[in-house]
Amino acid sequence: MSQAVPRVNDFTIKIGTVNGTGSASANTLLMKSLFRSGIPVMGKNYFPSNIQGLPTWYEIRVTRDGHVARSGSIDVMVAMNAETYSRDVREVAAGGYLVYDSTWPRPALLKRDDITVFGVPLAQLCNENFNGVRTRILMKNICYAGVLAALLDLDVARIRELLAETYAKKPQLVDSNMKAIQLGYDYAKENFACPLPLHVEQMDKTAGHIMIDGNTAAALGCLYAGATVAAWYPITPSTSLMDAFKMFSDRLRVDANTGRRNFAFIQAEDELAAIGMVIGAMWNGARAFTATSGPGISLMNEFLGLAYYAEVPAVVFDIQRVGPSTGMPTRTQQCDLMECAYASHGDTRHVCLYPANPEECFYMAVQAFDLAERLQTPVMVLSDLDIGMNDWMCRDLKWDDAYRPDRGKMLGKEEVLKLKKFYRFLDVDDDGIPYRTLPGVDPKAAYFTRGSGHTQYGAYTEDSADYQLVLDRLLRKWATAKKLMPRPVIEATTGTACAIVSLGSCDGAVREALDVLRARGVNVDYMRVRAFPFGEEVEKFLAAHEVLFVVEQNRDAQLRALLTLETAVDKSKLRSLLHYSGLPISSRFIVEGVLAELQPRPQTQVQGAARR
Amino acid sequence: MTFIAKPKVAHPSLPRNALGSTRRDYEGALSTLCAGCGHDSITAAIVEASWALAIEPQNMVKLSGIGCSSKTTAYFVSGGHGFNSVHGRMPSIAMGANAANRALTYIGVSGDGDTLSIGLGQFCHAIRRNLNMLYIIENNGVYGLTKGQFSASADLGTKAKKGETNFQPPIDPVLLAMTLGASFVARSFSGDKEQLVPLIQAGLKHQGFALIDVLSPCVTFNDHEGSTKSYAYTREHYEPAVHADFVPLQPEITVDYRAGETLPVVLHDGSRILLRKLDAAYDPTNRTSAATHIQERMKLGEHLTGLLYIDESQRDFHDINATPDAPLNSLPFETLSPGSKVLEKALAAYR
Repeated sequence: MSQAVPRVNDFTIKIGTVNGTGSASANTLLMKSLFRSGIPVMGKNYFPSNIQGLPTWYEIRVTRDGHVARSGSIDVMVAMNAETYSRDVREVAAGGYLVYDSTWPRPALLKRDDITVFGVPLAQLCNENFNGVRTRILMKNICYAGVLAALLDLDVARIRELLAETYAKKPQLVDSNMKAIQLGYDYAKENFACPLPLHVEQMDKTAGHIMIDGNTAAALGCLYAGATVAAWYPITPSTSLMDAFKMFSDRLRVDANTGRRNFAFIQAEDELAAIGMVIGAMWNGARAFTATSGPGISLMNEFLGLAYYAEVPAVVFDIQRVGPSTGMPTRTQQCDLMECAYASHGDTRHVCLYPANPEECFYMAVQAFDLAERLQTPVMVLSDLDIGMNDWMCRDLKWDDAYRPDRGKMLGKEEVLKLKKFYRFLDVDDDGIPYRTLPGVDPKAAYFTRGSGHTQYGAYTEDSADYQLVLDRLLRKWATAKKLMPRPVIEATTGTACAIVSLGSCDGAVREALDVLRARGVNVDYMRVRAFPFGEEVEKFLAAHEVLFVVEQNRDAQLRALLTLETAVDKSKLRSLLHYSGLPISSRFIVEGVLAELQPRPQTQVQGAARR
Repeated sequence: MTFIAKPKVAHPSLPRNALGSTRRDYEGALSTLCAGCGHDSITAAIVEASWALAIEPQNMVKLSGIGCSSKTTAYFVSGGHGFNSVHGRMPSIAMGANAANRALTYIGVSGDGDTLSIGLGQFCHAIRRNLNMLYIIENNGVYGLTKGQFSASADLGTKAKKGETNFQPPIDPVLLAMTLGASFVARSFSGDKEQLVPLIQAGLKHQGFALIDVLSPCVTFNDHEGSTKSYAYTREHYEPAVHADFVPLQPEITVDYRAGETLPVVLHDGSRILLRKLDAAYDPTNRTSAATHIQERMKLGEHLTGLLYIDESQRDFHDINATPDAPLNSLPFETLSPGSKVLEKALAAYR
């Protein structure tokens, strides 16, 4: 049985339910009530690619130290899905707790003697107190939130306040939901010793922070960057980015007097059309973007090559999910790094940005448009399902009202008229970036855009020298791009020769791992790359360390491959820590991986993971 | 093709349009297509129509995919931007470009391979959106650049140059467009400039998706005995059903028409099309009966031509999207980006 060592604001709850039963509301309620009590919190949703009936889990980490990743262990399990009872029970850490619906007793659950099991007759309570099958199912889920409120000492007043906000327009729902909360709360109070040694206490560490998902933040970024054309084809987990853009645009971009919409929102027939529309719109001077996931990027390859060679800006959000092929659409990975970097046939390389959290999704969305127009090339923002669809606690998003879009080298009518003649692909400034014009400006500004071989003057060519001139100039542009990319985030304070290199959503787990390692006397430097192509600082960091752990979430060590291809690093210095189970990487995984290498001892391999 | 470039200087006696421009000002680069190619006649008709409408060259946006037909956007109106995109995907480029700036004139030139095979999906969806553009299919039933394979518009029983017979039924862009709800559907022949030029004018002025399927024989790979898309065969089986005269917007209507014989259709900018029925039984404003009629004549091996269907009242993409009259790419940044105060307020929902 559990030991009565108090653990305040530092544990993980996992809730196993059936999707389509309204558990999302209960989980959001729990998350937000913790957040409003000033306690840092992390939420991860593991949902099936299904509408109703399959198992779904939600993990809430209460983390007084503000960690944003999974810890790797579960302290409190709420098992609401009989189908997954056995694995859910197994997952609880020794000394932990399990709550289950004891309307149908499960003596087998009690077989573990190192955890405490709380049986609450949730279905029975709800059947006695609510009418209608659907309501009873929904309320059963709200009811477990009440049980947790009692066990963990959550603030019931906050829960009421949140319900009142959520159902401001349907006050009767506030009452019924509160009734369900109270049922669970009272049952737990009467039957168990509440609160548990493991519980929450009010803090003040969430001021100046929000709970937001990366797709919503990216959509806000697009809106603030002045994007007017949004084209996409629905695909999980990117759809919510477009939904959010539409929601914000309907609210903030409709002319109050005329009712006209200052944006075009186009649901395309497929991803090929979606990227075509973005390219067409940006070629014509509007800021345009699309959001997709791996399969969509595969389809967009041909067009991305055109935009690279014909030098048309485009912004693409790739909310990565598990591949290959359809893979596991509702699980997370960082498996499109290579695909995006070299999308399309021929010699093509693309600018990629790697946000680590929703906050960075917001700022990088804006940056993506500036870079795309500055460099006249597609820019891909590689988020992932974990960042995109989970609520992350992050600092308030800030907007600088002095910001104005960087439209890059775009000539207006007056500038064109001053020229003797306008040539689209001429390297006037010796930085590899030519000047462009928009349709409708002046006949003198007209040029022909093509994916076929062209001269620097814009004419069709099959002449080797003329063709190579343009291709080599694109290399000079690539060199310019390196200087404009967001710099890596580097923490090189330990003075050791050992470091972790990572990117994107691994960041939270890496940071926590660094703390844990430090506490165990292992000092490791850290570099998080934030963009491709890699700049000088990346080169320097790699050169300055002897052992580099490359932490990423895919099987084939794609970041490591990119580093070996695109920097001068000695391949033998790079050790991969690869996590590709589809669940977000945990700090424990990294700690164990690093220690296994630095302090070798017999290790059991973590499922869905490998070291190379 | 010819290697002798015409001088750009125009003879002073050349007629000038309302902008004071001659036809020469609407020409483009030298064609690289085979001598006698139907596509070059269509290019000439586009030059003629654009000149006659006095479109500002810079306001014309020329779009295409891949293939012989798609090359032709370089051969007219060199003062307008051109975008030769990827195979079969021109409609999406057109959609995006049009979304960004609704004020320009969009003309897409495609072929039967580009539209009816690889690009069939995008073609259909551009029609569904009633994207405001003129879409010309230069239809020759054959792949030219890859040397003579059948295209999806090849008729049943037609023979390839190498003797092979086609046993797959054709996709007819006209009937397809009518089924998909197109608002302007026409068919013509590259050899009939008199019919084609006013159709192009009307198509450029139509608010919405205007399709002109132009039978355009391939002199190199599909102009032989046994081909149903040769010059000789087309001339023989070509049946004008409706003639459309285009009457530009002007203070005084000078072209007179006699009621009963002609049907005027007023376009959005006030210009009009005068439809002259050559086939008494044909009604170009009734989608169902028109489609039936076209199919019946097709069974007899005849291609009905002219402005086969028009509905000027259908809402185009921008009307449905409720975009402002000003092009989206011209909206000042201040109206697009709501500012820090609004962001602060928006974040309240995330606490």
